[in-house]
Amino acid sequence: MEILVCVKRVPDPAENEIAVEGGGIRRDDLVYAVNEWDNYAVEEALRIVEREGGSVTVATVGGPEADETLRREMAMGAEKALLLSDPAFADADGLGVARILAAAVRKGAYDLVLTGAMADDGAAQVGGMLAELLDWPFASLVNRVEGAGPLRIGREIEGGAQEVSDIDLPCVLSVQTGINEPRYVGLRGIRKVASAEIPVLDAAALGVEPAAPRVRRLAYFVPETGPGAELLEGGIPEVAARLAGILKAKGGIK
Amino acid sequence: MDQVFVFVPGADDSAAELSAAAAALFPGAAPTALVAGHGEALAAAARDAARAFPQVWSFDAPDLAHPDAERLRPLLAKVLPAGACLLLPHGTLAMDLAPGLSVRLGAAYAPDVVGAEGADGSWLRLVRQEFGGQVHARVACDAAQGAVITVRSGAFVPAPAGPGGTVVDRSADIPAVQPRRRFREVVAAPAGDVDIAREEVLVSVGRGIGDQENIALAEELAEAMGAALSCSRPIVDAKWLDKGRQVGTSGQTVRPKVYLALGISGSFQHLGGIKGSPFLVAVNKNPKAPIFQAASVGVVADLLELLPELTDAVRKVK
Ligand SMILES: Cc1cc2nc3c(=O)[nH]c(=O)nc-3n(C[C@H](O)[C@H](O)[C@H](O)COP(=O)(O)OP(=O)(O)OC[C@H]3O[C@@H](n4cnc5c(N)ncnc54)[C@H](O)[C@@H]3O)c2cc1C
Repeated sequence: MEILVCVKRVPDPAENEIAVEGGGIRRDDLVYAVNEWDNYAVEEALRIVEREGGSVTVATVGGPEADETLRREMAMGAEKALLLSDPAFADADGLGVARILAAAVRKGAYDLVLTGAMADDGAAQVGGMLAELLDWPFASLVNRVEGAGPLRIGREIEGGAQEVSDIDLPCVLSVQTGINEPRYVGLRGIRKVASAEIPVLDAAALGVEPAAPRVRRLAYFVPETGPGAELLEGGIPEVAARLAGILKAKGGIK
Repeated sequence: MDQVFVFVPGADDSAAELSAAAAALFPGAAPTALVAGHGEALAAAARDAARAFPQVWSFDAPDLAHPDAERLRPLLAKVLPAGACLLLPHGTLAMDLAPGLSVRLGAAYAPDVVGAEGADGSWLRLVRQEFGGQVHARVACDAAQGAVITVRSGAFVPAPAGPGGTVVDRSADIPAVQPRRRFREVVAAPAGDVDIAREEVLVSVGRGIGDQENIALAEELAEAMGAALSCSRPIVDAKWLDKGRQVGTSGQTVRPKVYLALGISGSFQHLGGIKGSPFLVAVNKNPKAPIFQAASVGVVADLLELLPELTDAVRKVK
């Protein structure tokens, strides 16, 4: 099975406090990582190929620095990578990104496209848009993939239940965390792919005309909220004792 | 953009919330509600929608008994007029249905909206959250060719019930679909060893616990308090605790009196599983973590330092 996995370089939520400055995100000291959901998607692709044969390609829309993201996913085991990069892609909205990815998919002969369920903007939109542009069937929040086509898939729905369906190939699936345990990537793996050739495809190579975005971010802000929590200050033993007292008073200790 | 529609997935709180969201986004519009399904469940959804909207279109077919995006997408694409705006709740159905539908309609897509701030011509000014709720973004969405907007549950205060609307059966408009994705069944969540939904006091661990071995520290605290242990999703994804312990929209809904959140950032999917406004205490090393907005009392500290001391202190006050 030929599988394309769409991945994204995002600020690592575990390493960053996202700060707003003049209506924008302060970017200078952000630490970046691969979008958490995408690692599950790449892992699932690798497992499908281990089972059914074929190969895994990872693709990203981004600047030159996204090369690092592709190499990390290659170190996980993806055979090939595509960097979809052009200054004209800079203000693409979700649909714009989906169009760029759709052009890359059409240039290949893929049976299956996987994306992460969502990324840093929480929009969860690119997979579903990509499927529609390709006129392929789609499922979001996928937490189980079996078979070789049609695939037997599970989707996560509310309350921890799973919706089971069969889906024809080719299709697009957006993958939810917990579907597998992404394999560990060691330094050795990273070194092995350090000199791998990664083709860069720009707007001309892909044949996409960037369209004016219909959804635009105007500004970031930190919301005015209520007083929030009363913060207990002091040394650890003192705070622990006060907290224990509060928990007891509120019926939290039985 | 004067044609406003809302999709009401079922008989729950969503109709009244969608009505409030529609009023905030499109003041003065008279939105039409759409319900799809089969039998008594559909009738209940239609009754619920009619309490919130003057007009309801109802689509009844056995194939729609389970809400299935593969069938709903062509249905909505067929019955919505060109340039319409559609609102729906941002749940797992919307994540499946809405992005592709917006493309099919040629409409803009604004997902998971938490606020409305007016409009500049055809550009709607909306508020979303990014980076797991750490920051908000003001977003403009061009509705000139229509828009599909999904609305965060709980973000808009439910509108009071209206005088009661009329339900029109539009089942004849349901298109024939050769589905390329075929629904089989719904498998219920596996039952856990404890029912955290019934516990009065929960000690809940999140990714901030760092390592599987550290869960024992939280277990000790829970035992000292006489509380049950629950967790956020990453702990279940890592298989450190059972799915039955997961609090949140895709886990268990809990109604404790006291909830102690340890190393949990406070995403809406997590907080969405905590009902009945418990006394919420948060411990987090990041003073800007969104959980502190929801909590009554907070401690900014490293969990691994605080936990042993807190367990001792609890044993002392018992
Ligand atoms: C469709 C969908 C459904 C979902 N359903 C659920 C659900 O049911 N339940 C759920 O919980 N999530 C759910 N999620 C995931 C949710 O969006 C968040 O990713 C998740 O809740 C984050 O868990 P967390 O707070 O433990 O981790 P993080 O967001 O990573 O937060 C960890 C926190 O720990 C703090 N921390 C780190 N180290 C320490 C330390 N040493 N001491 C103190 N604090 C520390 C950090 O500052 C941070 O705030 C869902 C997501 C999707 C897309």
